[in-house]
Amino acid sequence: MTSEDVLGLLPADDPVRLIDADGTKVQGSGSERYELPSDADLLRAYERLVVARRLNDQANALVRQGRLAVYPSSHGQEACQVGAAHVLKQGDWLFPTYRDTVAAVERGVDPVDVLTLLKGDWHSGYDPYETQVAPATTPLATQLPHAVGVAHAARLRGESTVVMALTGDGGTSEGDFHEALNFAAVFKAPVVFFIQNNEYAISVPLARQSAAASLAHKGIGYGVPGQRVDGNDIAAVLAVLGDAVERARRGEGPQLIEAHTYRMQAHTNADDATRYRLDSEVASWVDRDPLTRLEKHLRSRGLMTDETHEQARAAADAVAEHVREGLNRDIEPDARELFAYVYAEQTPQLREQAAQVAEESSREVAGR
Amino acid sequence: MSTIEHEKLTMAQALNRALRDAMLADDSVLMFGEDVGALGGVFRVTDGLNERFGDTRCFDTPLAESGIVGMAVGMAMNGMRPVVEMQFDAFGYPAFEQIVSHVAKMRNRTRGRVHLPMVIRVPFGGGIGGVEHHCDSSEAYYAHTPGLHVVTPATPSDAYTLLRAAIASDDPVVFMEPKKLYWSKEEVALGTDGPGIGTAVVRREGTDATLIAYGPSVPVALEAAEVAAQEGRSLQVVDLRSIVPFDDETVAAAVRSTGRAVVVAESAGFASVSSEIVARVTQRCFHSLAAPIGRVTGFDIPYPPPKLEHFQLPSVDRVLDAVDDLQWEDQ
Repeated sequence: MTSEDVLGLLPADDPVRLIDADGTKVQGSGSERYELPSDADLLRAYERLVVARRLNDQANALVRQGRLAVYPSSHGQEACQVGAAHVLKQGDWLFPTYRDTVAAVERGVDPVDVLTLLKGDWHSGYDPYETQVAPATTPLATQLPHAVGVAHAARLRGESTVVMALTGDGGTSEGDFHEALNFAAVFKAPVVFFIQNNEYAISVPLARQSAAASLAHKGIGYGVPGQRVDGNDIAAVLAVLGDAVERARRGEGPQLIEAHTYRMQAHTNADDATRYRLDSEVASWVDRDPLTRLEKHLRSRGLMTDETHEQARAAADAVAEHVREGLNRDIEPDARELFAYVYAEQTPQLREQAAQVAEESSREVAGR
Repeated sequence: MSTIEHEKLTMAQALNRALRDAMLADDSVLMFGEDVGALGGVFRVTDGLNERFGDTRCFDTPLAESGIVGMAVGMAMNGMRPVVEMQFDAFGYPAFEQIVSHVAKMRNRTRGRVHLPMVIRVPFGGGIGGVEHHCDSSEAYYAHTPGLHVVTPATPSDAYTLLRAAIASDDPVVFMEPKKLYWSKEEVALGTDGPGIGTAVVRREGTDATLIAYGPSVPVALEAAEVAAQEGRSLQVVDLRSIVPFDDETVAAAVRSTGRAVVVAESAGFASVSSEIVARVTQRCFHSLAAPIGRVTGFDIPYPPPKLEHFQLPSVDRVLDAVDDLQWEDQ
């Protein structure tokens, strides 16, 4: 590999941006290499961003009401969430983390089923094979080698599947991030590794996470091309991820994309972000909000009508109502469920333990 | 009537045949790990598989155990039945998070919708003059983790049938291969009919006391029984074969029949599989026991260097001493 080849793996000096914070179309910043998505795609993205924001708000409200135990919000990162899901085709896989509820929903999973874990119920309320969305992982970066395995298996069978594997800035420090990139590169697995760099891993800022020129630069060591994108610009996210997905589908191997975005809220509702960052810093990101940016852009081009606005609001209302209704429903826990899915066939030991719990339950009922 | 082929094989060869036959029978069976391709594995268990099945079915990976197991999880999620090799017991530790947090939990987490038909082969145990990190008995770590099956053969025949059963299992199996026994040889029936996972076997009948062993300790127990017989004491030997699920029925029935028992295992004794066996058997057989159950295990020390390892490994003499301690005053 020559130095020139290595340079080809380098991300752009500045994150690719197609729409500026004031809503105007960008000249430069990679805009010559990537095309602005079609009007129809942008209008659809607008609706999905409105729905995504509402879903985050609704989930936060349900935490305050005690219906959800906790919610890691993607408020501020909705462009990444929507973009990651919408560049995929049917048959492609998505590997989300705990902060990617919206991305899973955008791939077609019922939000009520995504939130079962955070409600204190069983982890995955949905069938991962129905939507090809893996169960969200909590240990950081551990899902990335799984993504490589799914992609490699598909490739061995000659299928054109692409896998979108999500992680955060903190996740890039984990060994599994590096092992997954290396494996994907060696096996030319069709995986798009998508880092949502939201500046904080709970309280630890990016400067303490990495001394690399950018997180997208980490691909060079593995022979994986990197790219950086303004994660609050849905047009750029769609263009850059879309390009990476198609390259992977064409057999060009994995790509590493870093989105620069910001976690507008605390890590979860249990966290106090004022202990480690200034309000002024958070305020400085308000003007870069992905939703208002796209709205300004659509208005400036006369694409935004009252009808668009109304339609998006109605879609968001419907999702919020569905989530409220679903999560306000109480389901009586069933103790038999504890033992039902540990193995395909219950071991003699689990049969004994299940019988013990059943006996305890029947005694409780009799004693009431 | 189907005729089953018989061949005299070492345990390493029997494992190799099991892999080959499973790969022939099912295209979705894959074998990968470190040095398992052209080299055929450091113990030659994958010898010839790369040549026969090509680089898509048996292949070398980068040297990263978490990546190997993690990739196997993804492949098992997507229609394959991967078999991976952790080159030595202690080299499996980098994959521990994947094994405990994902391999073991995926079925339960997804309420049975995603299952992982995968096998993690782990050459384990000492007695081969190996240096540090090459002789660990790591079975308790896996046995302690709900969601995994943990098996270990003690004979070439069991190595063949258990590995075929492990590959056919719809649940993940940690397959512990006693390195010390890789070169032991016997006539092997190359059929899939055989003991399933979860069944122990009485290797030697006896009436005075029961020795309970698994994997590398089974031949030690058998030799001890042979010596004891010459001294006029009849020892029964039970080979667990499967640690998870545990065959309570066979083990308890065996101990009840003799009323005395000694557990023999190489691993450090504290908080180990041997402790679990004592607890289970005591609870089930208390009224049949004439003496507290004895244990011969490794000491609670890091595995010693080759020159000292004979102090650590259960020996025939130590087993016989433990049998002598089983309160024979009433006899």
